[in-house]
Amino acid sequence: MAIDVRIPTILRTFTGGAKSVEGSGDTLDELIADLDTRHAGLRGRLVDDSGLRRFVNVYLNDEDVRFLGGLDAKVKDGDTVTVLPAVAGGMR
Amino acid sequence: MRYDSLLDAVGRTPLVGLPHLSPGPEQRLWAKLEDRNPTGSVKDRAALWMILAAERDGRLRRGSTILEPTSGNTGISLAMIARLRGYKLICVMPENTSAERTQLLQMYGASIIYSPAAGGSNEAVRVAKGLAAENPDWVMLYQYGNEANWRAHYETTGPELLADLPELTHFVAGLGTTGTLMGTGRFLREHVPGVRIVAAEPRYGELVYGLRNMDEGFVPELYDDKVLTSRYSVSAADALRRTRQLVHEEGIFAGISAGCVLHAGLALASKAQAAGQRADIAVLIADGGWKYLSTGAYSGTLAEAEARLEGELWA
Repeated sequence: MAIDVRIPTILRTFTGGAKSVEGSGDTLDELIADLDTRHAGLRGRLVDDSGLRRFVNVYLNDEDVRFLGGLDAKVKDGDTVTVLPAVAGGMR
Repeated sequence: MRYDSLLDAVGRTPLVGLPHLSPGPEQRLWAKLEDRNPTGSVKDRAALWMILAAERDGRLRRGSTILEPTSGNTGISLAMIARLRGYKLICVMPENTSAERTQLLQMYGASIIYSPAAGGSNEAVRVAKGLAAENPDWVMLYQYGNEANWRAHYETTGPELLADLPELTHFVAGLGTTGTLMGTGRFLREHVPGVRIVAAEPRYGELVYGLRNMDEGFVPELYDDKVLTSRYSVSAADALRRTRQLVHEEGIFAGISAGCVLHAGLALASKAQAAGQRADIAVLIADGGWKYLSTGAYSGTLAEAEARLEGELWA
């Protein structure tokens, strides 16, 4: 089972520089825990006691997981999860 | 239609059907054309409301200086209104925004302070907040946190949509300061049972995200995620592709954020079609394509434009 997880630049120190890593799990929470077993410390940058950290945005197949159940969002083989920092909006 | 002066002509924009892009007779897309505003963007609504509110509060007096972090459209709107109402305007803008923005701002008489490209609008906000602290007599309207921003949409954009499309099922707009979605979203939720309020968020390039420490992020003070039903992240490539599709198939020449909302709108239309559900999806087209011509987004092949922009499309 493989779920592709895209990692923002600032967190690539946890993945040895890799832009994306693979993981497994039935929920986002399980997936993050799974990634943490191979990339120690990653979970702590994404999650705190209240759930997903405030300035962390996670998208499941391009949809913000906060609207899909947050950490309880169901994930499956073939899904793409993208992690991005929260930034101010604006057009060039 | 007749108005006493330009500021009275803000809003009341057309809602135009997209018969070629709509997947079928039961799932229709509609575009609200906000380029039909005095300075050519949806920001005229928020800018006017923020200035009027500040005048009512006594924060702004003739000759006051307004300071604002803006990637362009808000600055342009404020510059026009400031000119007419007798205020000075200083905009803090990322240095990599398109040339047309600088030209328009200067034409209206605004001053520009450029913030570093790295960090995008976040950095412009940070710089502006610093300047405001150093210059307490300047008035920072602060579009990211000013209630008048969302109020403008609650009082104008939302009611216009309801009047034009009472059968509305979805409203899609870009997510920047969040004012459009918060204001229009709140209004529509009060008046249209079951309405879906959907945010289309640009996926920025490395330059904007790259330096971002995960603890120093930015969430606009206006943002309340309870107003949204869902939020999509749209790549620059998809936004570009859809912007071109909009001009090729519907004749609408729009800015790149329109491609963003169209991409989300098309995904919603598809889902509705697959579920056999009726959908009337209004997408908000924030501005025309004029200010982006110099970026090369509309020239050459899609692949060439993507390569040229190389993820630096958004500020």
